[in-house]
Amino acid sequence: MCTHHTEKIAIDGSGKGAQGWFGVQHAAVYVDHAVHAQFTHTLNIDFANPDLGPAARVAVELTEESALALADAIHKALDAAPAGLASVNQK
Amino acid sequence: MSDALRAETVTITGHNDDEIEAYLARPLDAAPFGGVVVIHHMPGYDAATKEMVRTFAANGYAALCPNLYAREAPGASPDDAAATVRASGGVPDERLVGDVDGAAKYLRALDGANGRIGVIGHCSGGRQTFLAAVSLDIDAAVDCYGAFVVNTPPAEFPLKATSLLHRAADLHCPLLGLFGAEDGFPGPDEVKILDEELTKLGKAHEFHTYDGAGHAFFAVDRPSYRVEAAVDGWQKIFAFYGQHLAA
Repeated sequence: MCTHHTEKIAIDGSGKGAQGWFGVQHAAVYVDHAVHAQFTHTLNIDFANPDLGPAARVAVELTEESALALADAIHKALDAAPAGLASVNQK
Repeated sequence: MSDALRAETVTITGHNDDEIEAYLARPLDAAPFGGVVVIHHMPGYDAATKEMVRTFAANGYAALCPNLYAREAPGASPDDAAATVRASGGVPDERLVGDVDGAAKYLRALDGANGRIGVIGHCSGGRQTFLAAVSLDIDAAVDCYGAFVVNTPPAEFPLKATSLLHRAADLHCPLLGLFGAEDGFPGPDEVKILDEELTKLGKAHEFHTYDGAGHAFFAVDRPSYRVEAAVDGWQKIFAFYGQHLAA
């Protein structure tokens, strides 16, 4: 199905796309058709900076299992580091 | 008629008199010819859709696909443009109708055009085809597995898009519907409701549902491709347009 449901969050950080590194402003997370991954549907994440145009985007298309494993790995990596080390208010 | 054709990017006047890019393919020696507006799917104005445009030209029709994302993402790659439009809320129905109307006018004005216009769309373009067919003066419409023609989108749906079933009485032209029995959006129950409603209203329509096929069975570059359904579907499309778009 073509879901229009999109989780959109504001983020601080950088991503590397076709034109090199750029600051990212938001991430869109949604389940929909894949463009490249050979699955009909995937969990898709777009890290983007609309101020720099549509090409300022880092995109991933992940299976449900991969996406959940990624979310778990993010939590484990952050838990293994001192709290606040990677915060917007760096300690 | 030979299979010679010319394909190129052109500029058309769309909704609100906006100048937008569009992909045009036309036969070189098939005049008079009918015109087909190709509405691209949600993933965008992409290579697979342009191939469909050329396929129509190779079969004797002028075909034109407006870039529905040209305003938000001019010059962007199709996937980046689709992501941008998704993030900004999608294509409003009113704008879609205006862009299809502009594409139809462009096709009617081509040298050799017979003045008859078909519209076709897949996936989100299937719903938009139905929307165009109940809104504009066209001659034949092909809805390939368009979702949300019957059912109302989920409550969290952020767009203004709604069910179009209440517009069925406004259908102005014959409708060919091609669906997959294993598709959930639209599911067979939705297809049945639309079929029954159009029958009740006396609207000319022809629906086919393919066993063993789900959503996007025409997409040759995706794992959803189902060769038997797609080959038969193309035959039905050309038979339908041959009947309704001839001069």
